Amino acid sequence: MGDIRFLLNGEQVTLQNPDPTASVLDWLRESKHLTGTKEGCNEGDCGACSVSLAAIEDGQLTHRAVNACILFLPHLHGKSLTTVEGISKDGVLHPVQSAMVEHHGSQCGFCTPGIVISLYAAHREGRQDNDNVLAGNLCRCTGYAPIQRAAKAAASVPQPEMFFDEAEALLALQNGDENINGAYIPTDLDNFASWYADNPDATLIAGATDIGLQVTKALREFPDVAFLHRLDALKTIIQEKNGLRIGAGVTVAQFRGAMIGKHSDFAEMLRRYGSVQVRNSGTIGGNIANGSPIGDGPPPLIALGASITLRRAGKRRSMLLEDFYISYGKQDREPGEFLESIFIPDQPDTVGVYKISKRFDQDISAVCGAFNITVENNIITDARIAFGGMAATPKRANAVEAALIGQPWREATIKAAMQQFTNDFTPLTDVRASAEYRMKIVQNLLWRYWLSRNDQSANVLAEMAK
Amino acid sequence: MSVHKSVPHDSGPAHVTGTARYVDDMPLPANTVHLAFGLSQNAHADLASVDLDAVRTAKGVIAVLTADDLPFENDVSPSIHDEPLLATGVVHYIGQPIFLVVADSHLNARKAARLGKIEYIEKPVLLTIDDAIKADSRFEKPLEFSIGNPAKAFENAPRQISGQFEIGGQEHFYLEGQASFALPSEGDMLVHSSTQHPTEIQHKVAAALGVPYNAVRVETRRMGGGFGGKESQGNALAVSCAVVAQMLQRPAKMRYDRDDDMIITGKRHEFRIAYRAGFDDAGKLQSVIFEHHVRCGWALDLSIPVGDRAMLHADNAYYLPNAKILSHRMRTNTQSNTAYRGFGGPQGIVGVERVMDHIAHDLGVDPLEVRKVNFYQTGGDQKTPYHMDVTDSISAELVAALAASSDYIKRRAEIAEYNAKNPVLKRGIALTPVKFGISFTLTHLNQAGALVHVYSDGSVHLNHGGTEMGQGLNTKIAQVAAEVFGLDVSAIKITATDTGKVPNTSATAASSGSDLNGMACKAACETIKERLVEFAKKKWEGEVSFAGGNVTIDDKTMTFGDLAGAAYVGRIQLSATGFYKTPKIKWDRMAGKGRPFLYFSYGAAVTECVIDTLTGENRILRTDILHDAGRSLNPALDIGQIEGGYVQGAGWLTMEELVWNDKGSLLSHAPSTYKIPACSDTPEIFNVALWDGENSENTIYRSKAVGEPPFSLGISAYLALSHAIAACGDSYPDIDAPATCERILQAADKLSGNPW
Repeated sequence: MGDIRFLLNGEQVTLQNPDPTASVLDWLRESKHLTGTKEGCNEGDCGACSVSLAAIEDGQLTHRAVNACILFLPHLHGKSLTTVEGISKDGVLHPVQSAMVEHHGSQCGFCTPGIVISLYAAHREGRQDNDNVLAGNLCRCTGYAPIQRAAKAAASVPQPEMFFDEAEALLALQNGDENINGAYIPTDLDNFASWYADNPDATLIAGATDIGLQVTKALREFPDVAFLHRLDALKTIIQEKNGLRIGAGVTVAQFRGAMIGKHSDFAEMLRRYGSVQVRNSGTIGGNIANGSPIGDGPPPLIALGASITLRRAGKRRSMLLEDFYISYGKQDREPGEFLESIFIPDQPDTVGVYKISKRFDQDISAVCGAFNITVENNIITDARIAFGGMAATPKRANAVEAALIGQPWREATIKAAMQQFTNDFTPLTDVRASAEYRMKIVQNLLWRYWLSRNDQSANVLAEMAK
Repeated sequence: MSVHKSVPHDSGPAHVTGTARYVDDMPLPANTVHLAFGLSQNAHADLASVDLDAVRTAKGVIAVLTADDLPFENDVSPSIHDEPLLATGVVHYIGQPIFLVVADSHLNARKAARLGKIEYIEKPVLLTIDDAIKADSRFEKPLEFSIGNPAKAFENAPRQISGQFEIGGQEHFYLEGQASFALPSEGDMLVHSSTQHPTEIQHKVAAALGVPYNAVRVETRRMGGGFGGKESQGNALAVSCAVVAQMLQRPAKMRYDRDDDMIITGKRHEFRIAYRAGFDDAGKLQSVIFEHHVRCGWALDLSIPVGDRAMLHADNAYYLPNAKILSHRMRTNTQSNTAYRGFGGPQGIVGVERVMDHIAHDLGVDPLEVRKVNFYQTGGDQKTPYHMDVTDSISAELVAALAASSDYIKRRAEIAEYNAKNPVLKRGIALTPVKFGISFTLTHLNQAGALVHVYSDGSVHLNHGGTEMGQGLNTKIAQVAAEVFGLDVSAIKITATDTGKVPNTSATAASSGSDLNGMACKAACETIKERLVEFAKKKWEGEVSFAGGNVTIDDKTMTFGDLAGAAYVGRIQLSATGFYKTPKIKWDRMAGKGRPFLYFSYGAAVTECVIDTLTGENRILRTDILHDAGRSLNPALDIGQIEGGYVQGAGWLTMEELVWNDKGSLLSHAPSTYKIPACSDTPEIFNVALWDGENSENTIYRSKAVGEPPFSLGISAYLALSHAIAACGDSYPDIDAPATCERILQAADKLSGNPW
């Protein structure tokens, strides 16, 4: 038995023993009758259900937009949830709301609450990169132009006086491990490790950006679950002697922060990974452990020579990330073992990361590739090339690498190596791309990498800024 | 003045605070039941057995209905009664509803709907246009419009080209999915529906309940987007709710989960367009012959008028002295395609725009030069291929103005330089015009009604037959009423569209909302105003004028409210209906002759893009639009339609790709797999301006319809990509739509001599 306690638009709410995999969206709409938050797709792709979650991160109150449709009630514990109903008071609109009205930013209005919340969370954080802020909010009416105008106009308007002190109230909500209706919600990592060793069949839920769809779309029920989002020990990013150790519970948004300045191409790809909402919920550990062949995290991590640490109760073992993936849906993970951390060795920033998808933002990759080639005295001494979307698992291009290593770093070597991809991969045709296209672009991406290493970078996104 | 002003959308404050109410947001009576369909998993099959035991015993299930349980008509078709609500012995596409689950919650209904055990006896499946051609699977005989002697003129032309290409369909992706709620009351039925066509919902529900129309009232406050997808596709939900509500005497609600919505409902029609064009050395057309193959899907729905409108736009802005357009309406085992913004018009326009580009490529000239020599004459009376005189053309002037303001010529030259220097990235630019015919082609639909009440305090309450789906129709209509009465727009309240207030309405479609309902509203307001004037004249003697919320009778001024109060005491009727029917139109589709449209809306767009020849990735860099909304009723709302229409049109022809597998199952059935433009896909530089002019026809304050016409401006994005691809080789880029990254790379590689 346990409680979930959080703030809803400034008021404390206590839920006793709720269904742990009930979505925040359904609860808001059906139990609280707060129908401003909309269901557009029920899979975290349209943003109509966006809500703002505030929490204390690194001592700072941080506001983050998330998708309520694939967020479960236990995720709210100890946080401050703000819906579109909560950002205006006594008829006085928040600056992003007034700007949306004045700049004709709403037409049908159905996406509008989600847009408003995304802009609100960005406004609270002082963000003005509106294309990124809004990448997870689809609008079918406006073509986004008036929304961009509204966002720009609102940016310079100061934050109105806050209606309540979230930070103080949040501190009062913190507590220890909880058990709610069959769901284990630990705060202590050691406790969790022993629990999971004893309950190896339980489903682990971190950000729920994937498991959420199992509930909303596959209509699966998960009687035995553990929520990992309150394990602070999994959320650390530590610079060790030879590299960076990333806790498995670090969100993609936080992970991206760690990549900026270290591996700029990786960080740029992560800018296009999901959307703000997805990156704020989803964790890098979830992306790896889930084992999807089209996850965008693993290829660059493999190219960087990352290793992972798995833990069962008190026992840990490490392996190269590429060795974790055995076959489709199968990873080298023992029952009761969980992914604890990822280690990225320090190295020069030579990794090129390319995500190819139908749409630049918030799209699952047709292929995601990473190239990391080491050149010494004009000879290729090492090559780590990995792809997602080309096989049943994230996979290295061994034949291509072999064709490169030991060869002179020159055009002819690259052209010859491009031919080797057909020995590495036999991709499939699916809704995102044909097998022929996939093969063609992975070859061309090696060429793109060559160009970028020779300061002849060519990218349509860079043309935008010109 | 209240009209010609950028009044913000009347629901803006409600939208941004989340208080704007949609069907799914309505508070429900405690005993409401929730519905979900059990769907066919087979594209064409006889139903050998339908075992619903597991459905009936599932958690929360109250009832399960099949076709046999329907008391009266089992039909939700908007046209020829070929679309049963629930399948009768045979299924025609994957996603066709077979049974209806009634449960205590939306989730329980969805869960139970997956438990049906259905055995199919498979029948031959026709999925593609080729499949349908081979099997001669059609809805009606091919239809032909023609003028002059196209065959002979083609032969005699100094130059000829021919080609064929495919144009993909499009999912509406209205952000609010289909939804209905029915409340039974004393033998009557009140239905709340997210629909563009409350009257049709009323008719289908009445037929399903076996009651006259007057026993059904349909209310539509607003939709979270429609785009044509809620013209007929809401029928199934409304009828289901009403039948169940009648049967159980309990309120019933149904909304589609997004995946179900995309799997069940129809989309924009896919087209194959083959063309042959004969022209002279200046690119002037002498003959064009088009053949359209239209993929209609499994039922007729609105495919006949959609196919017709494509034919009616095969000329777009160009005079075709000799032309033939032949159209085949193919029947396939896929979703029944339906209305979608432009209603076939955009497909017809793409055809002739591609011809213009192809001719220019053949001649080695700027496509703009070819377009210019072919525009309908300004001030002329050249005939369309359907024998209507085009007397209002402004294409030449409008395009010249846009070419100048967008620096088109200079930028095209710069692009050639850029492409010569850049091996990987290639840029392209295209300027395409649009001329869009305004009026329903089914002439009797061109009518509308309004009901206006002035209360004794001077506040105005009005209803009209149109529906609000985001376009700002209610705002525009309120502006009209405010204009007539000299009031501020805030004094006018428009409430939900209601079949009990304005009867026998047409769908809010064909861009007609403001034209038709605005005129009807104006008529009603003027009736009341005349009564007020007569009353005031009699009482105070003098000339009466209305402005700024006041009424002036010679030197006496009073508020509008004071006058209304006095008129009430004077026993003056302060309520009136208004009616409008579009004049001058007459159309015989079988003969392909007449005047289907009252007038044309014009516009043009220039798009510049860049492609990556290694991956096919692309970006729109800049778009300039000049669009004709006549004397705009509301420039801000019209610009909203133009910006939104352009991006939606560009999405259709670039990234939005519908994919079915070889069994006929739609694979792109959610936003994770079907990509509409996102925020960053909007052109970085996006200049939109309204043409300074007025409608030559006597429309509502000389404005022009603006809902659909700008959609086709997105064609400039498609042809800009094609232009960029053309930089990869010598031949004409042979790219189908949508021009996805994959198709772009494939076309570029083909041009550069590396086909795959």
